[in-house]
Amino acid sequence: MEFFKIRKTIPFMRYALAFNVISLLTFLAAVFFLATKGLNFSIEFTGGTLIEVGYRQAADVDAIRRSLGAAGHKAEAQNFGSSREVLIRMHVEKNQSSADLSQKIISILKKQDATAELRRVEFVGPQVGRELAEYGALALLVTAVGIVLYLWMRFEWRFGLSAIIANLHDVVIILGCFAFFQWEFSLPVLAAVLAVLGYSVNESVVVFDRVRENFRKMRRAPTREVIDASITGVISRTIITHGSTQMMATTMLIFGGAALHYFALALTIGILFGIYSSVLVASPLLMWLGATRDQFVRPAKSARDEHDGAVV
Amino acid sequence: MNRFPLWKYVLVGVIVLAAFLYTLPNFFGESPAVQVSSVKSMVKVDTALLGRVEEFLRKENIAFTGAVLDATSLRVRFADTDTQLKARDLVDRALNPDEANRTYVVALNLLPASPRWLTAISALPMYLGLDLRGGVHFLLQVDMQAAITKRLEGLTADVRALLREKDIRHGGIAREGQTLRVRFREAPARERARAEMSTGIADLVITEREDGQDLLLVATLKPEAVRRTQEYAIKQNITTLHNRINELGVAEPVIQQQGADRVVVQLPGVQDTAKAKDILGRTATLEIRMVDEERMNAETLAAAARGQVPFGADYYVERNGQPLLVKKQVVLTGDRLTDAQPGFDNQTNEPAVHLRLDGQGARIFQEVTRESINKRMAILLIEKGRGEVITAPVIRSEIPGGRVQISGRMSTTEAADIALLLRAGSLAAPMEIIEERTVGPSLGRDNIEKGFLSTMWGFIAIVAFMSAYYMLFGLISSLALAVNLLLLVALLSLLQATLTLPGIAAIALTLGMAIDANVLINERIREELRGGATPQAAISAGYERAWGTILDSNITTLIAGLALLIFGQGPVRGFAVVHVLGILTSMFSAVTVSRAVVNLVYGHRRKVAGLSIGDTAWK
Repeated sequence: MEFFKIRKTIPFMRYALAFNVISLLTFLAAVFFLATKGLNFSIEFTGGTLIEVGYRQAADVDAIRRSLGAAGHKAEAQNFGSSREVLIRMHVEKNQSSADLSQKIISILKKQDATAELRRVEFVGPQVGRELAEYGALALLVTAVGIVLYLWMRFEWRFGLSAIIANLHDVVIILGCFAFFQWEFSLPVLAAVLAVLGYSVNESVVVFDRVRENFRKMRRAPTREVIDASITGVISRTIITHGSTQMMATTMLIFGGAALHYFALALTIGILFGIYSSVLVASPLLMWLGATRDQFVRPAKSARDEHDGAVV
Repeated sequence: MNRFPLWKYVLVGVIVLAAFLYTLPNFFGESPAVQVSSVKSMVKVDTALLGRVEEFLRKENIAFTGAVLDATSLRVRFADTDTQLKARDLVDRALNPDEANRTYVVALNLLPASPRWLTAISALPMYLGLDLRGGVHFLLQVDMQAAITKRLEGLTADVRALLREKDIRHGGIAREGQTLRVRFREAPARERARAEMSTGIADLVITEREDGQDLLLVATLKPEAVRRTQEYAIKQNITTLHNRINELGVAEPVIQQQGADRVVVQLPGVQDTAKAKDILGRTATLEIRMVDEERMNAETLAAAARGQVPFGADYYVERNGQPLLVKKQVVLTGDRLTDAQPGFDNQTNEPAVHLRLDGQGARIFQEVTRESINKRMAILLIEKGRGEVITAPVIRSEIPGGRVQISGRMSTTEAADIALLLRAGSLAAPMEIIEERTVGPSLGRDNIEKGFLSTMWGFIAIVAFMSAYYMLFGLISSLALAVNLLLLVALLSLLQATLTLPGIAAIALTLGMAIDANVLINERIREELRGGATPQAAISAGYERAWGTILDSNITTLIAGLALLIFGQGPVRGFAVVHVLGILTSMFSAVTVSRAVVNLVYGHRRKVAGLSIGDTAWK
């Protein structure tokens, strides 16, 4: 079996400008939604209490909201996973001893329906939430810097820079989707975003590796052609690899339940945009930043080099 | 060119076999067990206890399938959970005849049901996190300001005692915020006080200041003293938590320091968070009261033992079994205690416990002892409204300075135990719960099942696709992927790293990413074949050329994984551990293992007409 019988080099770079315009527009849209709607942070970041309750029959969410409201709790209640499970979210309130809050809520719910079973409680104090957010941002920063440095060392600074621009733009787009749909941004989602960042960069690396190789092989060809040939050479591998990873993300979406839902969703967006950006955004950037053969193919050393050290 | 030397095949075989062995315990599941451990530092769990429990179970006709003894606990296995529950209740009652004064923790636990020879090579199943097995996780913050304030209160007493001893007149000593202020009328007194204080009390930094008419000495804690106080406070609180959690009957509690001022408490299997919080937050206190000697005789003691306690007194039994009548009036409480250390009596060289009281406590204690020479005082530990007399010594002389020594009738271990109890009785500084995660057992089971299902179906989908697309090479890639999973699970079991739900997600994700290496190799081999290379040359070149790319791409993924590992907290950390390990194992399995299989299949043939790697005939 072979899906990709590509006989000619595909002129990807002819459409470079178009790809980047599309990219830029999506990116701007993502930034716009992030700025206007903002991320729907989970209580892990904001601080608060989260209670998951299971019932025997389908739960009456409205009744739950009413009885919590009557008891003076500002709580959001919604179905989670199935109609028998309810998730109750409360943000940190001042002058409230958080430690016994979950106990109170459960006793209210038990009064209403004795089959209510406590499945999960998460309480995060505001200072812990702030720390988690800080560490998350720090992890993102360290990853980005680490990748640029590695690619710089292994290839050239232009490669590192274009790869990280292309892939950070992925990250922004994932975040933009989360902001637009107001999906909950939790710690596992953050982990998925960082994993996708590393994964997409690896995509760019595969292309760049080929670019470097082709610079050596195709001695006469201009940079544009070298990049076209490189992308054409690896495109089938790119799609198959991403397809395989996406299979895993899809099974997680199907079988993983509510707990892994947003994690798998972040992966899916990341993988889909990853193909696009790491190949079709990073490579034009590389071209425009002025990558040339000379940066890789060293001219043979001449005799004058012996005196290099002794310049007066 | 496609042959490995023999040792390389053997190495790959040995590694895969070892991985299989260490993965094995995960398939045996767990069997219900009852775990017995000691609450008191003086009571050890030993073979005698093992014999006792075994004999008892036999007498009660409860079938058990095995009993093991380790350094700190005794575990008895049962065939099913019903027997386990029954046995727990019976053993608990037999070992702790006095409900209020427990000697042993008898808890439900699950033991790996793998055969003994596997346990002998320390092959254990993966350690499941709380989100998979159910339980409570607390993060507690220690109030360090309060710890320092308490220490300064203690030093106030020391300064007062020192100035009195050296006969230096002062106009009052007080703590204001985090400083200690001593007032003086005259400069010479202040000068002398300053000299004495800087030699006598090492923990203070002293500066001079004027306040209107008054001359002041302002003292603050030295930075290293602050650090020591904080370290002491957190150690102390951890000890206290240990003692309290013992009462909950949790099989494997985790109590660890996190950062400078936080404590993590994890109680697997505990569902009753209300009780857990109650016990963690409880304040146990020390009380010093006088023994009611006037009314204490054989007759009243016998009556009190029957429940007729004289008015204004309480009936207690001392640790050595002696009954006592103790006055209800409290002389001192544990709030005034700043430290308790085991040691020896200077004169008799007997084991003793040295207590330190704060300023006000010292004053009260001096007064009481002056008035009650040759009388007995009782030192009680009060918990949950119930008291226990730790010791009831005779007062021999007036005791100034807030340094109290309890001695007589104790061994060195007993002295250590009492000092610990006194210290552990109360928290060194208040704590607050700043994070809580509770997961019910049903949700834990659901999580395992969901994680397992997604990994399994994802794996099947990839295997199906790879085999269809790359034929035999796809099958070999799938085999390499299976080895990767095996290695990953073996490593996680061997390291006993905590597996969480995000960890399972990371297993799935890592497998999905790991196949990339094989896709790279297979695509490269196809390309070489299309380019006209012979099958053998294509395999060799395919693996060689792909290696550089695989390395580069895995390192970038690894950078992200490491950043997560370093900065990740809670669930993210579980994800990162698995992710990083998975990247490392995938490099071995995807390249070395698959190459070994390919070499075995093709490398030893004289002539290879073509490779089973799918369609490469087009050009």
